[in-house]
Amino acid sequence: MALQTDAHGEHLDHAHASAGRYIQIAVILFALTALEVLLYEACFGSLRESSGALATSLGPWFVELLLALSALKFFLVAAFYMHLKFDLKALTWVFSFSLGLATTVILGLFLLFWYNRGLWWMDGPW
Amino acid sequence: MTSAVLDHDAHPAHEAHHTSLPIDNRKLAMWTFIGSECLFFATLITTFLIYRDSSVGGPGPKDMFEVPLVTFGTAILLFSSFFVVMALDGAKRGDRKKLILWLSLTVLCGIFFVAMQVYEFQHFYHKGLGYSTNLFSASFYTLTGFHGTHVAIGTLWLATLLKDAIKGRITPAKALNLELSALYWHFVDVVWIIIFPVVYLMSLGR
Repeated sequence: MALQTDAHGEHLDHAHASAGRYIQIAVILFALTALEVLLYEACFGSLRESSGALATSLGPWFVELLLALSALKFFLVAAFYMHLKFDLKALTWVFSFSLGLATTVILGLFLLFWYNRGLWWMDGPW
Repeated sequence: MTSAVLDHDAHPAHEAHHTSLPIDNRKLAMWTFIGSECLFFATLITTFLIYRDSSVGGPGPKDMFEVPLVTFGTAILLFSSFFVVMALDGAKRGDRKKLILWLSLTVLCGIFFVAMQVYEFQHFYHKGLGYSTNLFSASFYTLTGFHGTHVAIGTLWLATLLKDAIKGRITPAKALNLELSALYWHFVDVVWIIIFPVVYLMSLGR
């Protein structure tokens, strides 16, 4: 594995992960996607009747669970397939900064519409 | 952007690609571009979530979405992300056969995904959901349409690299050309990782 040292003394592993690790990540990503679909089917879909108490207990947490599973998948792809885990830390900062800005935009838009609907559009079709 | 555009290092005049950071400036540019794309898709996803339930009439998400079809599309994109990372591994090792095999599979996955989305849009249209039917349809088609366009552009980009790989132009020294397109492709996959649960599953599970 060819290792290079950057200006800050960090080791940059240009060989990245092995093929075996890529396969492991792929299996985890598929399992998480299957879990998302299973969660939907158990809470609201065709498995709702048979899942009984499980649907009742997981139903209120459906959105939170889906967001958590998506975040985990997002992290795995960014860290391993996009090589952020092995690349220069500055790239992680560039991406994290963008994600921070994107989160601010999301929150800003939600607040803006929430405020406007409450103030002016109270009697609208929503 | 094609491989020809990225193929600067074939010319000695373009050798100085490194910034004060120990990475190629094209890679830094790609990450900056991906950062701007985060803002673009964040805005589109939020717009969809805000307008999803604001329609006065017409069909809504529960009348339209079909989980099996979209799950199939999601699996295709996840497969493609794995395939392109294996292709890159082949390129870096100078294994041309491996590179061509995995890159061909990635391009096929891209074509399948775009075809799936065209089928889905056509299906929705025939069920009465046009672009301007209601707020839900406009925000849904805009979001998924832009994502599909990104997939189509990525597929074309990877296809040009596949042509170069077949001609033996992607050597380990030129693997960065493929790495840049792979970064873009993974980002497109990451966006779908968010769209699939947030747009489809959450809209159905309410």
